[in-house]
Amino acid sequence: MAKSRSELGQIITGVARDPLGLMGLIIVGTIVFCAIFAYWIVPFDPVGMNIKSRLQGPSWTHLLGTDQLGRDTFSRVIAGGQVALQVALPAVFGAMAIGLTLGMIAGYGPKWLDNLLMLLFDTIRSFPTVMFALAVVALVGPSLQTVVFVVMATSIPTYGRVARTQTLTLRNSEFILAERSMGASMTRILGVHMLPNIVGVLAVLAAMDIPTVIALEAGLSFLGLGVKPPTPSWGALLKDGYSLIRQTPWLVVGGGLPIILATLGFTFLGESLRDVVDPKLRKQR
Amino acid sequence: MLLFATRRFGLALLILIVAVTAMFLMIRAVPGDPVQIMLGPRATPELQARLTAELALDQPIWKQLLIFYGNLMQGDLGIDVFSGRSVTEIVFQQLPHTLWLILSSITWSAALGIALGAYAAAHPNTLIDRVTAAISVSFVAAPAFVVALLSLLIFAVNLQWFPAIGAGEGFWGRLNHLVLPAFAIGLSWVGYIARLVRASMLEVMGESHIRTARAFGINERRVVMVYALRIAILPVVTVIGVGMGFLLSSAVFAEIVFARPGLGKLVIDSITTRNYPIVMGSVLISTGLFVVSTALADLINAWLDPRARTAI
Repeated sequence: MAKSRSELGQIITGVARDPLGLMGLIIVGTIVFCAIFAYWIVPFDPVGMNIKSRLQGPSWTHLLGTDQLGRDTFSRVIAGGQVALQVALPAVFGAMAIGLTLGMIAGYGPKWLDNLLMLLFDTIRSFPTVMFALAVVALVGPSLQTVVFVVMATSIPTYGRVARTQTLTLRNSEFILAERSMGASMTRILGVHMLPNIVGVLAVLAAMDIPTVIALEAGLSFLGLGVKPPTPSWGALLKDGYSLIRQTPWLVVGGGLPIILATLGFTFLGESLRDVVDPKLRKQR
Repeated sequence: MLLFATRRFGLALLILIVAVTAMFLMIRAVPGDPVQIMLGPRATPELQARLTAELALDQPIWKQLLIFYGNLMQGDLGIDVFSGRSVTEIVFQQLPHTLWLILSSITWSAALGIALGAYAAAHPNTLIDRVTAAISVSFVAAPAFVVALLSLLIFAVNLQWFPAIGAGEGFWGRLNHLVLPAFAIGLSWVGYIARLVRASMLEVMGESHIRTARAFGINERRVVMVYALRIAILPVVTVIGVGMGFLLSSAVFAEIVFARPGLGKLVIDSITTRNYPIVMGSVLISTGLFVVSTALADLINAWLDPRARTAI
């Protein structure tokens, strides 16, 4: 990697100097912190039932009240963050890795391979995401893995296209020509010289993609087609909250606000990251 | 232009063929007997035999694919296992509900978004511009189904301003039932369109024909509203066309939350009753809709801006 430690430090300083970026950093930091240390933060077992104290409003014992089975909503919200990141991170990084590889091959390889890959990307993009997700869930059944797979499959084309465009631009630049004339192999050119120049752009895309993924996981779980109960996903909270909306508002609030906060945080962070890493990108999207 | 149109629709057709074939193979690749899966616990030997023959499952795979395409050409997407009605008929019965919802959502959000964006661009770096920018980002960030749930909670359950479920009867009833779902779907688009229009507006305002218009002494209001805005809203057309899939996805959730009839409700209900022909039919038709709308958006864009014609 060409990015040295100080360069990474510069990027973080740059993001923190922008007020929206700082807000994004704080929100994302909080969510990640809560997800990592969820086990120690939760006051109650997120899946532990207590029928006696069901459907309570907020109190000092239960900050966000309890659900129809007497489970503590606050604990479920915290644990839900863990589930959200468990889906979002592998899905986004998987899609980024595959998209990067395919995109670089498309940009650097022969024309027919480029056309074939572009057709593949266009085809995947031609399915409306949620419809595609529903079709896959209908066929193989709901689970955490299905959600990860759907998200990966649908976002590979985005990364692939950007990686391809970047590769095409870099392909004719002087340092690559020099490298080629010295007889460097294709793997060396792609891996050592092009990769570091493309990864930054894709990382920005990934940061902005995470909220979409979190929303999709929550959405599928809300429909009862994502993670299985009693796993405390934000979407599952919304599902319970929807059926109990006339009894208690706290489940919908408890499931909805973290999704909006997470979306805001990652979007702010992504936008600010983009401005710091590559201001030119601002116009492309 | 004609060449571009032909090539663009040729590409769209190619994409559709690959997508449909992929989906067909996906259904067949699922382990287990598709007839068993489709019929589920309702399977009787006679039903199984009939469906196997109907779906031509006893034929080799390439022949199945040919038969499938043959039926597709005639608009036949199979028969609903429950009611015996044609899937095409069922899906097209629900489709208008969804299309109306999408249309009303995008209409209000595009109108507001364009107004906000144009205003912000005409008064750059003022307080209003900054507030608009911050609001835009926040709006973009709100997933439609969360907004739908929260607005259901606030405006239907607590304040009881709007009805919570159904599609309503008569013109005013329908309109009244459209408000909350259209609000939920459109909200994220307001900010997106506002940012888009602001950016392209600022670019257009710097161009020479605007300078010329100003030099002729045309008043500023007319310059902004007529000469600049007309060009600045072009990207919105493309974005809406490409965003069709996104809108459709939001509509699925809005239909569930507000218990409205439509494609989304049809698909979810069909998944829970394991009614696979309807799920696949709906996915196929919505994919077709999406592919066509993307191609149309590209076409409109190319028609308005000749430079885009070489892009394919």
